[in-house]
Amino acid sequence: MTTDQLLEWTIKIGVIFFILLTTVAYLSYVERRVAGWIQLRVGPNRVGPFGLLQPLADGLKFIFKEDIIPREASKWLYLIAPAAAIIPALMSFIVIPFGSSVTLFGREITLHVTRFDVALLYILGVGSVGVYGVMLAGWSSNNKYSLLGGLRSSAQMISYELSLGASIVGVLLVAGSLDLVTIVEAQGATSGYWLGFIPKWNIFLQPIGFIIFFLSAMAETNRVPFDLPEAEAELVAGYFTEYSSMKFAMFFMSEYFHLITVTSMATTLYFGGWNGPFIAEYPFLSLVYFVLKVFIFIFIFMWIRFTMPRFRYDQLMALGWKVLLPASILNLIVTATVILFVN
Amino acid sequence: MDQPGITNYIPILIIFALAVVFATAMIAMSRFMGRNRPTREKLAPYECGVEPVGTARERQSVKFYLVAILFLLFDVEVVFLLPWAVVFRKVLTSPEYQHLKFVFYGGMMVFLFLLVVGLIYEWRKGILDWNR
Repeated sequence: MTTDQLLEWTIKIGVIFFILLTTVAYLSYVERRVAGWIQLRVGPNRVGPFGLLQPLADGLKFIFKEDIIPREASKWLYLIAPAAAIIPALMSFIVIPFGSSVTLFGREITLHVTRFDVALLYILGVGSVGVYGVMLAGWSSNNKYSLLGGLRSSAQMISYELSLGASIVGVLLVAGSLDLVTIVEAQGATSGYWLGFIPKWNIFLQPIGFIIFFLSAMAETNRVPFDLPEAEAELVAGYFTEYSSMKFAMFFMSEYFHLITVTSMATTLYFGGWNGPFIAEYPFLSLVYFVLKVFIFIFIFMWIRFTMPRFRYDQLMALGWKVLLPASILNLIVTATVILFVN
Repeated sequence: MDQPGITNYIPILIIFALAVVFATAMIAMSRFMGRNRPTREKLAPYECGVEPVGTARERQSVKFYLVAILFLLFDVEVVFLLPWAVVFRKVLTSPEYQHLKFVFYGGMMVFLFLLVVGLIYEWRKGILDWNR
């Protein structure tokens, strides 16, 4: 390891960190605009042109709001919980490849921060640590709504993590690696095309696996129709009922970070990551393709949010344990058997 | 420089340090930048404006505990699947392991069979029915 490399990592992480924060701020704006569009109203349009400065105004307001620590809360756990939620959410992005490699300032820059052999396992591991933030927040607030929201949320997250993990095993059987860069490259143009034009994306090999992954990912990010933890009609705001000012914003942001992570994972694992036409000639296009695919997924998530009603809790648990888990195991067995005989 | 190696794990430490600094700064910022005029009512647990009744530290449904235990069992089994899935195609295609092909495949199928039997048992016992 050289100083050069350390510097490169630091710069890349800094840039990605900044881009992620900006994206999260603007996702909150996009979400409200999409909601307005779907529900035939306008959404935020007062601050700046088209309301584009709205996230900035929101941020300022969050900072200057009163910070309340409820009398009966366990003070230290209450303060640690938002950090425990946002730190893992920030950490998972460094292994996701968001482009091939470009030449910048006379040296070749690979468009991923780092790669190692257990990248996918790292994302799954770091992602599941996020449950602690939710649980601590629910418990330490000493509020009935928070506690119920925290319990529901952690039960839901761990239930759907099983089918999420098991559906990914199908991709591993096909790709034979946990390294995301290898998985993306295996889906690229160098592996050829089916029938001459269909790219070798994993979605065509693992359609059932993708559906299971997509549903589980939606449940993992606590979004409608799986937003039981913060079912606002019954639990006020779920596990962060008692949180105000920037600490509230931190839970909010960590949910959007998770949203970006799972959509990037869906893109990387099933939809060829940054692959697309003409990336050999114009490497910068790979970045465009990646961002485009991720944003299509994010839009689908938002679209579903404002179209679907919410599940009942027993339906949610039944879907996770009785449908998705058996389906993912079956998908696994079928995939392995097909590979054994066809290969 | 892009070869997989032990040094490639260093960025995890960098992003972790950055995330900790960021989170601490945010919590501190909300503590010191905002106004702070606590009153008795403001600091009470939120219960939709009604006087709080009893405590939140009550007994909760045992279902959540059961789900956690089931999760532990199944998650460990999913973790066992990962290394097998990663090397599956390599073992099938390498000439020196051809005679072990079906052992390698069948072993995991037996494991999955036991997993499914466990799931069916829980299902029949009604642990997966939330309303019971």
